[in-house]
Amino acid sequence: MTAQVDQLADKERLIDFKQLSRGRRLARLTLPPLVFGVCFLIVWYAIAYLVLDEKRRFLLSPLHEVLQVGFFDWDNFSRILKGLWWTGRVSLMGLLISIVIGCLLAMAMSQSKLVERAVFPYMVTLQAIPILAMVPLIGFWWGYGQFSRVIVCVVISLFPIVVNTLLGLQSAEPEMHDMFTLHNAGRLTRLQKLMFPAALPAMFAGFRISAGLSVVGAIVGDFFFGQGPAGLGQLLRRYVNNVQGEELLATIIVSSILGIVVFWSFGLLRKIVIGKWYEAA
Amino acid sequence: MQPKPFQESRIIESKVLQNSIILDDVGKVFPNGKEVLRDVSFVVNPGEFVSLVGPSGCGKSTLLRIVSGLLEPTFGTVESHSEHIGYVFQDPTLLPWRTVAQNVRLFTELHGIEARERQALTADAIQLVGLSGFEHYYPKTLSGGMKMRVSLARTLTLKPPVLLFDEPFGAVDEVLRDRLNEETQSLFLSEGFAGLFVTHSITEAVFMSSKVHVMSASPGAIIASFDIPFEYPREHGLRFSSEFVSLSKSVSQVLRAS
Repeated sequence: MTAQVDQLADKERLIDFKQLSRGRRLARLTLPPLVFGVCFLIVWYAIAYLVLDEKRRFLLSPLHEVLQVGFFDWDNFSRILKGLWWTGRVSLMGLLISIVIGCLLAMAMSQSKLVERAVFPYMVTLQAIPILAMVPLIGFWWGYGQFSRVIVCVVISLFPIVVNTLLGLQSAEPEMHDMFTLHNAGRLTRLQKLMFPAALPAMFAGFRISAGLSVVGAIVGDFFFGQGPAGLGQLLRRYVNNVQGEELLATIIVSSILGIVVFWSFGLLRKIVIGKWYEAA
Repeated sequence: MQPKPFQESRIIESKVLQNSIILDDVGKVFPNGKEVLRDVSFVVNPGEFVSLVGPSGCGKSTLLRIVSGLLEPTFGTVESHSEHIGYVFQDPTLLPWRTVAQNVRLFTELHGIEARERQALTADAIQLVGLSGFEHYYPKTLSGGMKMRVSLARTLTLKPPVLLFDEPFGAVDEVLRDRLNEETQSLFLSEGFAGLFVTHSITEAVFMSSKVHVMSASPGAIIASFDIPFEYPREHGLRFSSEFVSLSKSVSQVLRAS
Protein backbone atom coordinates (compact mmCIF):
# COMPACT_ATOMS: atom_id res chain seq x y z
CA MET A 1 0.00 0.00 0.00
CA THR A 2 2.70 2.48 0.99
CA ALA A 3 4.65 1.49 -2.06
CA GLN A 4 1.66 2.46 -4.18
CA VAL A 5 1.36 5.84 -2.49
CA ASP A 6 5.06 6.40 -3.04
CA GLN A 7 4.65 5.58 -6.72
CA LEU A 8 1.79 8.03 -7.01
CA ALA A 9 3.84 10.77 -5.40
CA ASP A 10 6.67 10.02 -7.80
CA LYS A 11 4.29 10.30 -10.72
CA GLU A 12 3.03 13.66 -9.51
CA ARG A 13 6.52 15.00 -9.13
CA LEU A 14 7.23 13.87 -12.65
CA ILE A 15 4.20 15.67 -14.02
CA ASP A 16 5.18 18.79 -12.05
CA PHE A 17 8.62 18.71 -13.54
CA LYS A 18 7.15 18.24 -16.99
CA GLN A 19 4.84 21.25 -16.62
CA LEU A 20 7.55 23.50 -15.31
CA SER A 21 9.81 22.87 -18.22
CA ARG A 22 7.15 22.64 -20.88
CA GLY A 23 7.77 26.17 -22.14
CA ARG A 24 11.47 25.60 -22.38
CA ARG A 25 11.06 22.22 -24.01
CA LEU A 26 8.67 23.70 -26.55
CA ALA A 27 11.17 26.42 -27.33
CA ARG A 28 13.96 23.91 -27.66
CA LEU A 29 11.83 21.88 -30.04
CA THR A 30 10.46 24.67 -32.24
CA LEU A 31 13.09 27.38 -32.17
CA PRO A 32 15.83 25.74 -34.28
CA PRO A 33 13.59 24.85 -37.24
CA LEU A 34 11.93 28.26 -36.98
CA VAL A 35 15.27 30.05 -37.16
CA PHE A 36 16.34 27.88 -40.05
CA GLY A 37 13.06 28.60 -41.85
CA VAL A 38 13.56 32.33 -41.47
CA CYS A 39 17.11 32.03 -42.78
CA PHE A 40 15.75 30.13 -45.78
CA LEU A 41 13.26 32.92 -46.49
CA ILE A 42 15.97 35.57 -46.16
CA VAL A 43 18.14 33.75 -48.70
CA TRP A 44 15.10 33.37 -51.00
CA TYR A 45 14.34 37.09 -50.91
CA ALA A 46 18.03 38.00 -51.17
CA ILE A 47 18.31 36.00 -54.38
CA ALA A 48 15.04 37.40 -55.76
CA TYR A 49 15.89 41.05 -55.09
CA LEU A 50 19.70 41.26 -54.87
CA VAL A 51 21.01 38.55 -57.21
CA LEU A 52 18.37 38.64 -59.92
CA ASP A 53 17.60 41.87 -61.73
CA GLU A 54 14.03 42.69 -62.62
CA LYS A 55 14.14 41.04 -66.04
CA ARG A 56 15.28 37.76 -64.60
CA ARG A 57 13.20 37.80 -61.42
CA PHE A 58 10.72 35.30 -62.95
CA LEU A 59 13.32 32.59 -62.23
CA LEU A 60 12.67 32.93 -58.52
CA SER A 61 9.71 35.09 -57.61
CA PRO A 62 9.50 36.22 -53.99
CA LEU A 63 7.14 34.24 -51.79
CA HIS A 64 4.42 36.89 -51.45
CA GLU A 65 4.06 37.05 -55.23
CA VAL A 66 3.87 33.28 -55.44
CA LEU A 67 1.08 33.34 -52.86
CA GLN A 68 -0.69 36.19 -54.61
CA VAL A 69 -0.64 34.67 -58.09
CA GLY A 70 -0.78 30.97 -57.27
CA PHE A 71 -3.05 30.85 -54.23
CA PHE A 72 -5.12 34.03 -54.00
CA ASP A 73 -6.01 34.18 -57.68
CA TRP A 74 -8.96 31.76 -57.76
CA ASP A 75 -8.56 30.96 -61.49
CA ASN A 76 -5.02 29.76 -60.97
CA PHE A 77 -5.62 28.18 -57.60
CA SER A 78 -8.67 26.21 -58.74
CA ARG A 79 -6.64 24.88 -61.67
CA ILE A 80 -3.92 23.72 -59.28
CA LEU A 81 -6.51 22.21 -56.94
CA LYS A 82 -8.00 20.25 -59.83
CA GLY A 83 -4.52 19.03 -60.72
CA LEU A 84 -4.09 18.01 -57.10
CA TRP A 85 -7.38 16.09 -57.25
CA TRP A 86 -6.37 14.10 -60.37
CA THR A 87 -2.84 13.41 -59.20
CA GLY A 88 -3.96 12.53 -55.67
CA ARG A 89 -6.55 10.11 -57.04
CA VAL A 90 -4.08 8.37 -59.32
CA SER A 91 -1.43 8.02 -56.65
CA LEU A 92 -3.91 6.70 -54.09
CA MET A 93 -5.28 4.14 -56.53
CA GLY A 94 -1.78 3.06 -57.50
CA LEU A 95 -0.78 2.77 -53.87
CA LEU A 96 -3.81 0.67 -52.92
CA ILE A 97 -3.20 -1.69 -55.84
CA SER A 98 0.47 -1.93 -54.84
CA ILE A 99 -0.47 -2.73 -51.26
CA VAL A 100 -2.83 -5.52 -52.32
CA ILE A 101 -0.47 -7.07 -54.88
CA GLY A 102 2.61 -6.53 -52.71
CA CYS A 103 1.13 -8.12 -49.61
CA LEU A 104 -0.25 -11.11 -51.53
CA LEU A 105 3.09 -11.63 -53.26
CA ALA A 106 5.00 -11.38 -50.00
CA MET A 107 2.61 -13.80 -48.35
CA ALA A 108 3.04 -16.32 -51.15
CA MET A 109 6.81 -15.96 -50.83
CA SER A 110 6.64 -16.45 -47.06
CA GLN A 111 4.60 -19.63 -47.47
CA SER A 112 6.78 -21.28 -50.05
CA LYS A 113 10.58 -21.20 -50.12
CA LEU A 114 10.33 -22.23 -53.78
CA VAL A 115 8.29 -19.15 -54.71
CA GLU A 116 10.63 -16.96 -52.68
CA ARG A 117 13.72 -18.36 -54.36
CA ALA A 118 12.09 -17.96 -57.77
CA VAL A 119 10.81 -14.41 -57.35
CA PHE A 120 13.16 -12.69 -54.91
CA PRO A 121 16.17 -12.26 -57.26
CA TYR A 122 13.89 -10.49 -59.73
CA MET A 123 12.56 -8.25 -56.99
CA VAL A 124 16.11 -7.21 -56.18
CA THR A 125 16.93 -6.69 -59.85
CA LEU A 126 13.74 -4.70 -60.39
CA GLN A 127 14.92 -2.28 -57.76
CA ALA A 128 18.07 -1.64 -59.75
CA ILE A 129 16.16 -0.78 -62.94
CA PRO A 130 15.54 2.95 -63.24
CA ILE A 131 11.76 2.78 -63.20
CA LEU A 132 11.46 6.09 -65.06
CA ALA A 133 12.92 4.35 -68.10
CA MET A 134 9.82 2.14 -68.13
CA VAL A 135 7.39 5.06 -68.31
CA PRO A 136 7.48 5.41 -72.11
CA LEU A 137 6.95 1.67 -72.49
CA ILE A 138 3.93 1.78 -70.22
CA GLY A 139 2.46 4.56 -72.36
CA PHE A 140 3.33 2.61 -75.49
CA TRP A 141 1.41 -0.42 -74.23
CA TRP A 142 -1.57 1.04 -72.43
CA GLY A 143 -1.97 4.49 -73.91
CA TYR A 144 -1.65 7.85 -72.24
CA GLY A 145 -4.76 7.74 -70.04
CA GLN A 146 -5.39 7.49 -66.32
CA PHE A 147 -4.90 3.72 -66.38
CA SER A 148 -1.29 4.04 -67.50
CA ARG A 149 -0.63 6.63 -64.82
CA VAL A 150 -1.87 4.18 -62.20
CA ILE A 151 0.41 1.51 -63.65
CA VAL A 152 3.39 3.84 -63.30
CA CYS A 153 2.50 4.33 -59.64
CA VAL A 154 2.21 0.58 -59.08
CA VAL A 155 5.51 -0.20 -60.76
CA ILE A 156 7.33 2.45 -58.78
CA SER A 157 5.81 1.67 -55.37
CA LEU A 158 5.47 -2.12 -55.42
CA PHE A 159 8.99 -3.11 -54.45
CA PRO A 160 9.30 -1.56 -50.97
CA ILE A 161 5.98 -3.12 -50.00
CA VAL A 162 6.97 -6.61 -51.12
CA VAL A 163 10.38 -6.51 -49.47
CA ASN A 164 9.23 -4.95 -46.20
CA THR A 165 6.23 -7.23 -45.89
CA LEU A 166 8.33 -10.31 -46.60
CA LEU A 167 10.99 -9.30 -44.06
CA GLY A 168 8.22 -8.56 -41.59
CA LEU A 169 6.57 -11.94 -42.10
CA GLN A 170 9.93 -13.58 -41.51
CA SER A 171 10.71 -11.47 -38.44
CA ALA A 172 9.05 -13.66 -35.78
CA GLU A 173 11.73 -15.31 -33.64
CA PRO A 174 12.44 -19.05 -34.11
CA GLU A 175 11.42 -19.68 -30.49
CA MET A 176 7.98 -18.25 -31.22
CA HIS A 177 7.67 -20.57 -34.21
CA ASP A 178 8.71 -23.47 -31.96
CA MET A 179 5.99 -22.46 -29.56
CA PHE A 180 3.38 -22.59 -32.31
CA THR A 181 4.78 -25.91 -33.54
CA LEU A 182 4.52 -27.40 -30.04
CA HIS A 183 0.85 -26.53 -30.01
CA ASN A 184 0.16 -28.01 -33.44
CA ALA A 185 -0.65 -24.70 -35.10
CA GLY A 186 -1.49 -25.04 -38.79
CA ARG A 187 -0.17 -22.81 -41.57
CA LEU A 188 -3.12 -20.46 -41.51
CA THR A 189 -3.16 -20.09 -37.72
CA ARG A 190 0.56 -19.42 -37.74
CA LEU A 191 0.17 -16.79 -40.45
CA GLN A 192 -2.80 -15.15 -38.77
CA LYS A 193 -1.69 -15.22 -35.13
CA LEU A 194 2.09 -14.94 -35.45
CA MET A 195 3.57 -13.94 -38.79
CA PHE A 196 1.07 -11.31 -39.88
CA PRO A 197 0.92 -9.29 -36.64
CA ALA A 198 4.72 -9.55 -36.37
CA ALA A 199 4.98 -8.11 -39.88
CA LEU A 200 2.86 -5.02 -39.22
CA PRO A 201 5.64 -2.63 -38.14
CA ALA A 202 7.75 -3.44 -41.20
CA MET A 203 4.67 -3.31 -43.45
CA PHE A 204 3.84 0.19 -42.29
CA ALA A 205 7.42 1.28 -42.90
CA GLY A 206 7.04 -0.06 -46.44
CA PHE A 207 3.66 1.60 -46.98
CA ARG A 208 5.05 4.95 -45.97
CA ILE A 209 7.97 4.76 -48.38
CA SER A 210 5.69 3.56 -51.15
CA ALA A 211 3.13 6.29 -50.52
CA GLY A 212 5.80 8.89 -51.25
CA LEU A 213 6.95 7.00 -54.33
CA SER A 214 3.39 6.68 -55.58
CA VAL A 215 2.98 10.47 -55.51
CA VAL A 216 6.21 10.76 -57.50
CA GLY A 217 4.89 8.17 -59.95
CA ALA A 218 1.60 10.01 -60.45
CA ILE A 219 3.34 13.32 -61.14
CA VAL A 220 5.94 11.76 -63.45
CA GLY A 221 3.29 9.82 -65.38
CA ASP A 222 1.14 12.90 -65.80
CA PHE A 223 4.16 15.01 -66.76
CA PHE A 224 5.31 12.50 -69.34
CA PHE A 225 1.98 11.44 -70.87
CA GLY A 226 0.65 15.00 -70.96
CA GLN A 227 -2.89 14.14 -72.06
CA GLY A 228 -6.31 14.02 -70.46
CA PRO A 229 -7.37 16.07 -67.44
CA ALA A 230 -4.42 18.12 -66.23
CA GLY A 231 -2.77 16.78 -63.06
CA LEU A 232 0.12 18.41 -61.25
CA GLY A 233 2.64 16.97 -63.73
CA GLN A 234 1.00 18.60 -66.73
CA LEU A 235 0.68 21.88 -64.87
CA LEU A 236 4.38 21.83 -64.00
CA ARG A 237 5.25 21.35 -67.63
CA ARG A 238 2.81 23.99 -68.84
CA TYR A 239 4.08 26.60 -66.37
CA VAL A 240 7.67 25.94 -67.34
CA ASN A 241 6.84 26.25 -71.04
CA ASN A 242 4.88 29.46 -70.47
CA VAL A 243 7.51 30.90 -68.13
CA GLN A 244 4.91 31.31 -65.36
CA GLY A 245 7.35 31.29 -62.43
CA GLU A 246 4.83 32.11 -59.71
CA GLU A 247 2.37 29.41 -60.77
CA LEU A 248 5.23 26.94 -61.15
CA LEU A 249 6.41 27.50 -57.59
CA ALA A 250 2.83 27.36 -56.28
CA THR A 251 2.36 23.98 -57.98
CA ILE A 252 5.60 22.73 -56.49
CA ILE A 253 4.46 23.84 -53.04
CA VAL A 254 1.13 22.03 -53.49
CA SER A 255 2.92 18.88 -54.71
CA SER A 256 5.14 18.99 -51.64
CA ILE A 257 2.13 19.38 -49.38
CA LEU A 258 0.54 16.34 -51.03
CA GLY A 259 3.69 14.30 -50.39
CA ILE A 260 3.91 15.48 -46.79
CA VAL A 261 0.23 14.81 -46.07
CA VAL A 262 0.46 11.29 -47.53
CA PHE A 263 3.62 10.51 -45.54
CA TRP A 264 2.14 11.96 -42.38
CA SER A 265 -1.19 10.15 -42.68
CA PHE A 266 0.56 6.82 -42.98
CA GLY A 267 2.52 7.68 -39.87
CA LEU A 268 -0.76 8.41 -38.12
CA LEU A 269 -2.39 5.22 -39.39
CA ARG A 270 0.58 3.25 -38.13
CA LYS A 271 0.33 4.89 -34.74
CA ILE A 272 -3.36 4.04 -34.53
CA VAL A 273 -2.91 0.41 -35.55
CA ILE A 274 0.28 -0.62 -33.75
CA GLY A 275 1.20 2.30 -31.50
CA LYS A 276 -0.33 0.64 -28.45
CA TRP A 277 2.03 -2.29 -28.41
CA TYR A 278 4.94 -1.53 -30.70
CA GLU A 279 8.14 -0.24 -29.23
CA ALA A 280 10.47 1.20 -31.85
CA ALA A 281 13.91 -0.26 -31.27
CA MET B 1 -6.93 -19.89 -5.98
CA GLN B 2 -8.41 -23.30 -5.35
CA PRO B 3 -8.18 -25.62 -8.35
CA LYS B 4 -11.54 -27.01 -9.28
CA PRO B 5 -12.04 -30.49 -7.77
CA PHE B 6 -12.66 -31.96 -11.20
CA GLN B 7 -9.32 -30.80 -12.56
CA GLU B 8 -7.48 -31.76 -9.41
CA SER B 9 -8.68 -35.30 -9.64
CA ARG B 10 -7.68 -35.39 -13.28
CA ILE B 11 -4.16 -34.34 -12.38
CA ILE B 12 -3.81 -36.91 -9.64
CA GLU B 13 -5.13 -39.63 -11.91
CA SER B 14 -2.78 -38.71 -14.74
CA LYS B 15 0.10 -38.49 -12.28
CA VAL B 16 -0.36 -42.09 -11.31
CA LEU B 17 -1.06 -43.48 -14.75
CA GLN B 18 1.00 -41.71 -17.35
CA ASN B 19 3.00 -38.71 -16.54
CA SER B 20 6.58 -39.92 -16.65
CA ILE B 21 9.36 -39.40 -19.14
CA ILE B 22 11.96 -42.05 -19.85
CA LEU B 23 15.07 -41.29 -21.88
CA ASP B 24 17.01 -44.32 -23.01
CA ASP B 25 20.52 -43.84 -24.45
CA VAL B 26 19.54 -40.72 -26.32
CA GLY B 27 22.16 -39.41 -28.74
CA LYS B 28 22.04 -36.57 -31.21
CA VAL B 29 24.29 -35.87 -34.16
CA PHE B 30 23.53 -32.76 -36.17
CA PRO B 31 23.55 -32.92 -39.97
CA ASN B 32 26.94 -31.14 -39.99
CA GLY B 33 28.38 -34.15 -38.15
CA LYS B 34 28.68 -32.52 -34.73
CA GLU B 35 27.80 -34.87 -31.92
CA VAL B 36 25.93 -32.89 -29.27
CA LEU B 37 24.50 -35.64 -27.05
CA ARG B 38 25.73 -39.12 -26.22
CA ASP B 39 24.01 -41.93 -24.29
CA VAL B 40 21.77 -39.77 -22.15
CA SER B 41 19.47 -41.84 -19.96
CA PHE B 42 17.29 -40.71 -17.10
CA VAL B 43 13.73 -40.75 -15.85
CA VAL B 44 11.43 -37.99 -14.72
CA ASN B 45 8.80 -39.54 -12.47
CA PRO B 46 5.49 -37.98 -11.51
CA GLY B 47 5.96 -35.46 -8.75
CA GLU B 48 9.69 -35.15 -9.39
CA PHE B 49 11.58 -32.00 -10.18
CA VAL B 50 14.73 -32.90 -12.10
CA SER B 51 17.45 -30.45 -13.07
CA LEU B 52 20.16 -30.68 -15.70
CA VAL B 53 23.23 -28.58 -14.90
CA GLY B 54 26.08 -28.14 -17.29
CA PRO B 55 28.34 -25.65 -19.02
CA SER B 56 27.03 -23.59 -21.92
CA GLY B 57 26.89 -25.56 -25.12
CA CYS B 58 26.59 -28.98 -23.48
CA GLY B 59 23.40 -29.74 -25.37
CA LYS B 60 20.97 -29.11 -22.51
CA SER B 61 18.61 -27.12 -24.71
CA THR B 62 18.89 -29.67 -27.51
CA LEU B 63 17.91 -32.33 -25.00
CA LEU B 64 14.79 -30.40 -24.01
CA ARG B 65 13.86 -29.95 -27.66
CA ILE B 66 14.14 -33.69 -28.10
CA VAL B 67 11.99 -34.40 -25.04
CA SER B 68 9.35 -31.95 -26.25
CA GLY B 69 9.24 -33.53 -29.70
CA LEU B 70 10.61 -30.49 -31.56
CA LEU B 71 13.66 -32.57 -32.53
CA GLU B 72 14.11 -36.26 -33.27
CA PRO B 73 16.92 -38.08 -31.46
CA THR B 74 19.52 -39.69 -33.73
CA PHE B 75 19.96 -42.64 -31.36
CA GLY B 76 17.94 -44.00 -28.48
CA THR B 77 14.35 -43.38 -27.51
CA VAL B 78 12.28 -40.92 -25.56
CA GLU B 79 9.22 -42.45 -23.99
CA SER B 80 6.70 -39.98 -22.80
CA HIS B 81 3.47 -41.01 -21.17
CA SER B 82 2.03 -37.55 -21.18
CA GLU B 83 -0.59 -36.18 -23.49
CA HIS B 84 0.82 -32.71 -23.27
CA ILE B 85 4.22 -31.35 -22.26
CA GLY B 86 4.55 -27.72 -21.26
CA TYR B 87 7.62 -25.80 -22.43
CA VAL B 88 8.89 -22.63 -20.78
CA PHE B 89 11.40 -20.98 -23.10
CA GLN B 90 14.55 -19.10 -22.22
CA ASP B 91 12.94 -15.86 -23.35
CA PRO B 92 9.40 -15.10 -22.27
CA THR B 93 8.39 -15.24 -25.99
CA LEU B 94 5.33 -13.08 -25.41
CA LEU B 95 3.54 -11.78 -28.47
CA PRO B 96 4.03 -7.99 -28.18
CA TRP B 97 0.70 -7.19 -29.86
CA ARG B 98 -1.25 -9.10 -27.24
CA THR B 99 -2.06 -7.96 -23.72
CA VAL B 100 -1.18 -10.09 -20.70
CA ALA B 101 -4.58 -11.78 -20.74
CA GLN B 102 -4.46 -12.33 -24.51
CA ASN B 103 -0.97 -13.82 -24.24
CA VAL B 104 -1.96 -16.15 -21.43
CA ARG B 105 -4.96 -17.22 -23.50
CA LEU B 106 -2.90 -18.11 -26.60
CA PHE B 107 -2.35 -21.83 -26.02
CA THR B 108 -5.98 -22.45 -25.11
CA GLU B 109 -6.87 -20.77 -28.42
CA LEU B 110 -4.43 -22.93 -30.35
CA HIS B 111 -5.94 -26.03 -28.79
CA GLY B 112 -9.44 -24.95 -29.71
CA ILE B 113 -10.75 -24.81 -26.16
CA GLU B 114 -14.21 -23.32 -26.02
CA ALA B 115 -14.44 -19.63 -25.16
CA ARG B 116 -16.02 -19.81 -21.73
CA GLU B 117 -13.62 -22.44 -20.42
CA ARG B 118 -10.76 -20.54 -22.03
CA GLN B 119 -11.64 -17.47 -20.05
CA ALA B 120 -11.80 -19.37 -16.79
CA LEU B 121 -8.45 -21.11 -17.41
CA THR B 122 -6.86 -17.78 -18.33
CA ALA B 123 -8.14 -15.98 -15.26
CA ASP B 124 -7.05 -18.83 -12.98
CA ALA B 125 -3.55 -18.93 -14.44
CA ILE B 126 -3.12 -15.16 -14.16
CA GLN B 127 -4.11 -15.31 -10.53
CA LEU B 128 -1.75 -18.24 -9.90
CA VAL B 129 1.29 -16.20 -10.94
CA GLY B 130 0.08 -13.10 -9.10
CA LEU B 131 -0.61 -10.89 -12.09
CA SER B 132 -4.24 -10.03 -11.36
CA GLY B 133 -4.82 -6.41 -12.25
CA PHE B 134 -2.28 -6.48 -15.10
CA GLU B 135 -4.55 -8.28 -17.59
CA HIS B 136 -4.69 -5.36 -19.99
CA TYR B 137 -1.03 -4.38 -19.95
CA TYR B 138 1.07 -4.84 -23.07
CA PRO B 139 4.39 -6.69 -22.72
CA LYS B 140 6.44 -3.58 -23.46
CA THR B 141 5.26 -2.08 -20.16
CA LEU B 142 6.21 -5.14 -18.05
CA SER B 143 9.45 -5.87 -16.20
CA GLY B 144 11.52 -8.96 -17.04
CA GLY B 145 10.20 -10.85 -14.03
CA MET B 146 6.59 -10.07 -14.89
CA LYS B 147 7.10 -11.21 -18.47
CA MET B 148 8.46 -14.50 -17.18
CA ARG B 149 5.38 -14.88 -14.97
CA VAL B 150 3.13 -14.32 -17.98
CA SER B 151 5.05 -16.98 -19.87
CA LEU B 152 4.58 -19.40 -16.95
CA ALA B 153 0.88 -18.60 -16.67
CA ARG B 154 0.42 -19.23 -20.39
CA THR B 155 1.92 -22.69 -20.01
CA LEU B 156 -0.14 -23.44 -16.90
CA THR B 157 -3.47 -22.79 -18.63
CA LEU B 158 -3.25 -26.23 -20.24
CA LYS B 159 -2.45 -27.90 -16.88
CA PRO B 160 0.45 -29.89 -18.32
CA PRO B 161 1.46 -32.94 -16.26
CA VAL B 162 5.09 -32.32 -17.27
CA LEU B 163 6.81 -28.94 -17.61
CA LEU B 164 10.13 -28.35 -19.34
CA PHE B 165 12.11 -25.25 -18.36
CA ASP B 166 14.90 -24.00 -20.63
CA GLU B 167 16.98 -21.70 -18.40
CA PRO B 168 13.97 -19.46 -17.89
CA PHE B 169 15.57 -17.29 -15.20
CA GLY B 170 19.01 -16.96 -16.78
CA ALA B 171 18.57 -13.31 -17.69
CA VAL B 172 17.23 -11.88 -14.41
CA ASP B 173 19.17 -10.59 -11.41
CA GLU B 174 19.92 -12.85 -8.48
CA VAL B 175 17.34 -11.53 -6.02
CA LEU B 176 14.57 -11.82 -8.57
CA ARG B 177 15.79 -15.23 -9.64
CA ASP B 178 15.60 -16.50 -6.05
CA ARG B 179 12.07 -15.21 -5.78
CA LEU B 180 11.01 -16.71 -9.11
CA ASN B 181 12.57 -20.01 -7.99
CA GLU B 182 10.44 -19.97 -4.87
CA GLU B 183 7.31 -19.06 -6.82
CA THR B 184 7.92 -21.78 -9.38
CA GLN B 185 8.44 -24.24 -6.57
CA SER B 186 5.14 -23.39 -4.95
CA LEU B 187 3.43 -23.80 -8.33
CA PHE B 188 5.16 -27.18 -8.68
CA LEU B 189 3.70 -28.16 -5.32
CA SER B 190 0.21 -26.75 -5.84
CA GLU B 191 -0.26 -27.77 -9.48
CA GLY B 192 1.41 -31.15 -9.22
CA PHE B 193 3.35 -31.14 -12.47
CA ALA B 194 6.65 -32.92 -12.88
CA GLY B 195 9.53 -30.61 -13.83
CA LEU B 196 12.57 -30.95 -16.05
CA PHE B 197 14.68 -27.87 -15.50
CA VAL B 198 17.75 -26.84 -17.45
CA THR B 199 20.12 -24.31 -15.91
CA HIS B 200 23.77 -23.46 -15.42
CA SER B 201 23.22 -22.19 -11.88
CA ILE B 202 24.09 -24.84 -9.29
CA THR B 203 22.24 -23.04 -6.48
CA GLU B 204 19.11 -22.85 -8.56
CA ALA B 205 19.31 -26.53 -9.50
CA VAL B 206 19.87 -27.74 -5.95
CA PHE B 207 17.21 -25.48 -4.49
CA MET B 208 14.49 -26.49 -6.93
CA SER B 209 15.13 -30.15 -7.53
CA SER B 210 14.61 -33.56 -6.09
CA LYS B 211 17.31 -34.80 -8.44
CA VAL B 212 20.21 -33.05 -10.22
CA HIS B 213 22.05 -34.49 -13.21
CA VAL B 214 25.40 -32.95 -14.08
CA MET B 215 26.35 -32.82 -17.75
CA SER B 216 29.70 -32.45 -19.48
CA ALA B 217 30.16 -30.69 -22.78
CA SER B 218 30.86 -31.91 -26.33
CA PRO B 219 29.32 -34.33 -26.56
CA GLY B 220 26.78 -33.69 -23.82
CA ALA B 221 26.55 -36.63 -21.44
CA ILE B 222 25.45 -37.15 -17.86
CA ILE B 223 28.54 -37.58 -15.67
CA ALA B 224 26.98 -37.58 -12.20
CA SER B 225 23.59 -37.56 -10.51
CA PHE B 226 22.66 -36.27 -7.07
CA ASP B 227 19.55 -36.93 -5.00
CA ILE B 228 18.54 -33.79 -3.16
CA PRO B 229 17.02 -34.87 0.14
CA PHE B 230 15.50 -31.61 1.42
CA GLU B 231 11.78 -31.60 2.22
CA TYR B 232 9.40 -29.49 0.14
CA PRO B 233 8.37 -26.72 0.52
CA ARG B 234 11.85 -25.27 0.80
CA GLU B 235 12.37 -21.93 2.46
CA HIS B 236 14.58 -19.11 1.24
CA GLY B 237 17.00 -19.68 4.16
CA LEU B 238 17.76 -23.24 3.06
CA ARG B 239 20.26 -21.86 0.58
CA PHE B 240 22.54 -20.87 3.47
CA SER B 241 22.34 -24.09 5.50
CA SER B 242 25.53 -26.14 5.73
CA GLU B 243 23.93 -29.23 4.12
CA PHE B 244 22.83 -27.15 1.15
CA VAL B 245 26.24 -25.55 0.78
CA SER B 246 28.13 -28.82 0.98
CA LEU B 247 25.79 -30.46 -1.54
CA SER B 248 26.24 -27.50 -3.90
CA LYS B 249 29.98 -27.85 -3.43
CA SER B 250 29.96 -31.51 -4.50
CA VAL B 251 27.93 -30.65 -7.59
CA SER B 252 30.33 -27.83 -8.35
CA GLN B 253 33.36 -30.11 -8.00
CA VAL B 254 31.97 -32.60 -10.51
CA LEU B 255 31.13 -29.78 -12.87
CA ARG B 256 34.60 -28.28 -12.64
CA ALA B 257 36.32 -31.60 -13.12
CA SER B 258 34.51 -32.24 -16.38
